[in-house]
Amino acid sequence: MEKKLYEKIVMNHKPKEHRIKNAFVAFIIGGIVGLIGQGLLDLYTYYLNISTNDAAVFMIITLIFIASLFTALGFFDKMVNFARCGLIIPITGFAHSLTSAAIEFKREGYVTGLGANIFKLAGTVILYGIVSAYIFGIIRYFIMGGA
Amino acid sequence: MTNKYNNVYLNLVATVVGPVEHNGPLSKRFDRFYEDMYMHEKTFESAEVHLMRESIDILKDKIGKKDRINLFIAGDLQNQITASCYSALKLNVPFLGVYSACASNVEGLIIASNLIDTKKVKNSIVSVSSHNMVSERQFRNPTEYGGPKPMSATFTATGAASAYLSSIKSEIRIESSTIGKVCDMEQNDANNMGACMAVAAANTIYKHLKDLKRDVNYYDLILTGDLGVYGKEILKEYMQKEYNIDLSRNYNDCGVLLYDRENQKEVQAGGSGPVCSALVIYGDIVPKLRNKDLKRVLYVATGALFSPTSIFQKENILSIAHAISMEVVE
Repeated sequence: MEKKLYEKIVMNHKPKEHRIKNAFVAFIIGGIVGLIGQGLLDLYTYYLNISTNDAAVFMIITLIFIASLFTALGFFDKMVNFARCGLIIPITGFAHSLTSAAIEFKREGYVTGLGANIFKLAGTVILYGIVSAYIFGIIRYFIMGGA
Repeated sequence: MTNKYNNVYLNLVATVVGPVEHNGPLSKRFDRFYEDMYMHEKTFESAEVHLMRESIDILKDKIGKKDRINLFIAGDLQNQITASCYSALKLNVPFLGVYSACASNVEGLIIASNLIDTKKVKNSIVSVSSHNMVSERQFRNPTEYGGPKPMSATFTATGAASAYLSSIKSEIRIESSTIGKVCDMEQNDANNMGACMAVAAANTIYKHLKDLKRDVNYYDLILTGDLGVYGKEILKEYMQKEYNIDLSRNYNDCGVLLYDRENQKEVQAGGSGPVCSALVIYGDIVPKLRNKDLKRVLYVATGALFSPTSIFQKENILSIAHAISMEVVE
């Protein structure tokens, strides 16, 4: 049988993902994470009497800490499975990818395992994050004169 | 290549499973189970070795001291099939390691049957194991990451299964076997392995029936290894269109039988892994053959041949299927 015909049979029996439901769940959960972030931001600026910029750093650290803690306690993966991009796209997903890789490779030693593999998933984000920041920085410099 | 055997018998089987398999519909059919994925070991890899060793120990208890074991054949999914090697060290008999991914069990059974039939060995133990977490970290993401998967993905079964084959007569006879060919249908979705492997299963079933000049209804049951619920439908349609063979009457898939997909949502399309088919065959089908509820069963294990590297390099996922026919001794 031709490969194209086989592909047709495969496509006939391919389950349909619940894209709309997934997007909706991700939208709501991602929104809640954003809401918590904004709440923390307001809380820190109000009670610690610091600038919004400083409070933003505190807020990010708090979210990273919570996500890492939940990963280490072993239930964040189940939350990710439910919320999908709602938890993967915010900073919580980044923290989760680091912590999960760290837990995973601890058994292979701190140097050859944990150290070498902790950025296994997050490495991509860091590399292309820096590269794109660099490119946009240059564009911004030429268009807006570094302002 | 199809071979017929005259004096090969499946004497005894032993199975050990993890928590998810224990919560499935075949729960009571297994010899032992674990509530925890670590099986009292420090790593998932040693947990898998523990499972395989335990299944061999249970089997040895069943065999008793009457026979010296001539040969041990085993396979698993760990890098360089290490779980099998560590288990072989403890068993301390001549060892052959086999790999054809999830078809490893039948590959082992075929090698053992050939050697027993030609009287090169008197008996052999064939074992396979797989561990969900080991496969997750090897083929996918870190286990705690738990990235969401599409519905067509299958769930690697956790457990180990061992069988004792010999020339000593028992209720179940290994009647014939077919060694399959590697197939490629340009599939490359590692989350839809049923689609990759269905073609190999079809090819092997067709070849088996043709070589032995049998009708598909000769068998009471034809079981594929781990195509999952969608792969099963692909196989049925492909068989009908390509070979004009109707599988609707006597065909099922082990990956679908091992779990209760309604209540165990995490298994997605069904079970996979070398132990998946072995657990269903040894846990469910072998007792049915012994009770003569079934008389002739064709067991077609399917394997997807790829590595994480070949996937990232955008190579196609190849597939293979080996078949073994089991019959009740009248």
